[in-house]
Amino acid sequence: MAKEVGTASAMLNALARLGRTGLNALERLGRGHLLFVSMIAGAASLAARPNLLVTQTYNIGVLSVLIVTVSGLFVGMVLGLQGFYVLSQFGAEESLGVMVAASLVRELGPVVTALLVAGRAGSALTAEIGLMKATEQLSGLEMMAVDPIKRILTPRFFGGLVAMPMLAAMFSAVGALGGYFVGVGLLGIDDGAFWSQMQNKIDLHEDVYNGVIKSFVFGVVVTWIALFEGYDAMPTSVGVSRATTRTVVHSALAVLCLDFVLTALMFGE
Amino acid sequence: MKNPAVADGETLVRIRGLRFSRSGRRIFDGIDLDIPRGKVTAVMGPSGTGKTTLLKLISGQLRPDEGTVEVDGLDVHALSKGELYRLRTRMGMLFQSGALLTDISVFDNVAYPLREHTRVPESMIRKLVLLKLEAVGLRGARDLMPSELSGGMARRVALARAIALDPMMILYDEPFTGQDPISMGVLVSLIRQLNDASRISSIVVSHDVKETSSIADYLYIIAQGKVIAHGTPAQIDAAQSPWVDQFMRGLPDGPVRFHYPAWDLERDFFGEGSGDG
Repeated sequence: MAKEVGTASAMLNALARLGRTGLNALERLGRGHLLFVSMIAGAASLAARPNLLVTQTYNIGVLSVLIVTVSGLFVGMVLGLQGFYVLSQFGAEESLGVMVAASLVRELGPVVTALLVAGRAGSALTAEIGLMKATEQLSGLEMMAVDPIKRILTPRFFGGLVAMPMLAAMFSAVGALGGYFVGVGLLGIDDGAFWSQMQNKIDLHEDVYNGVIKSFVFGVVVTWIALFEGYDAMPTSVGVSRATTRTVVHSALAVLCLDFVLTALMFGE
Repeated sequence: MKNPAVADGETLVRIRGLRFSRSGRRIFDGIDLDIPRGKVTAVMGPSGTGKTTLLKLISGQLRPDEGTVEVDGLDVHALSKGELYRLRTRMGMLFQSGALLTDISVFDNVAYPLREHTRVPESMIRKLVLLKLEAVGLRGARDLMPSELSGGMARRVALARAIALDPMMILYDEPFTGQDPISMGVLVSLIRQLNDASRISSIVVSHDVKETSSIADYLYIIAQGKVIAHGTPAQIDAAQSPWVDQFMRGLPDGPVRFHYPAWDLERDFFGEGSGDG
């Protein structure tokens, strides 16, 4: 009898823990959405201080150019090698330019750029905001009657939105050059065929615009997650460290999951 | 607990029936306080009694479960965000950590509230900032970054920033914690001088008995969610309460126990789960 009571009690405790976890997750989701609305509502304040937006676009965008372009170059070169191997089996190696460009513009450009930005700029944003919270800088702004969401978070959010599509475009452009170096320079594909097939088959609306839309959506999601995790972090060293890890993990999962959804919506039959 | 030394019109902060809990723990259980204008009022108590929380409730950073906090006749927690921000431009707060913005210089930190809330030309801002820095003895440190300041200097810069808009009241959160004797002496005299020179009202939250008593006009002692004593430093010093006596003299044991509540010693060392077989 006592054993049965003990088992029932353990099950109830497990159920209560599950319920608490679910409620906490819902509460965090709610706080995240409230922050998102507050940042959108704070957009008007940027008009009075455009230099804040320029500074954050520089921090998130320009400072990520090196890692994005170097990664883009290598991804493009690998695509060139792998594409050549597959296409040459069908005697279609002249189509390497199309394959490299389509892969980059439609998928790899937006996705890999978002993952790189999440790792470089997203983690830095979370750590910065989390430390500002831990060192009472956000409370200090509040006490100076300055809204930290408008002054600190909103410029970073819109900086991320502006930077992401431009970085993805750079990734794709440098990646195409990487494919060109390997395909034309090393493997001997015809120079004219590489570029002309790319030009003929890559559609501005179908491929380029959809890629831009993807990178814009990833910009929103990655920057939002990074800022929310920092703003919601426990103000301790462990709290900031965990928040930074969550930013990278959640951003990566969100980008890959959203990529599937967007691809299905854009290119599905 | 109405302050008998404060006439009704002279009350700047009036707290009534304040109850506040966090993570299921009761921090304040119905406290009443009156903070007079133009005086230095200290709120003292051991660590963890909610002194910083009290400042956050007064400044509207936290919302109480019950009770009211009035500042200059305004119910802080009934104000809209805009009204609260307007009220905060008349308050300054010195945070325990200083809370300086780390990516801008000392000068820009002190200029920050002036640039945010006034339309004063930059030449005038320069003069005002240098005046405030002169008042805290750091005019020469204007070009330093916060990372180049010692703890005491950072707190003085934060004080210069807190008085940048000439507030009616300054809230000091543990201003003496972690300071060397010289920095502590500087801060003690600065708080008193600023209060007397500008008739700023000061609320000092601290557990440093000697320094706080030396500058306070009136003391409140908080423990276990309640105000357990209040009066002038001389009245508190003469109080008969064993609790107040333990706190003011820093006795290791008394009504506040040295040991955190625990199970019986025998049970921990020799009972079930002790690891002794």
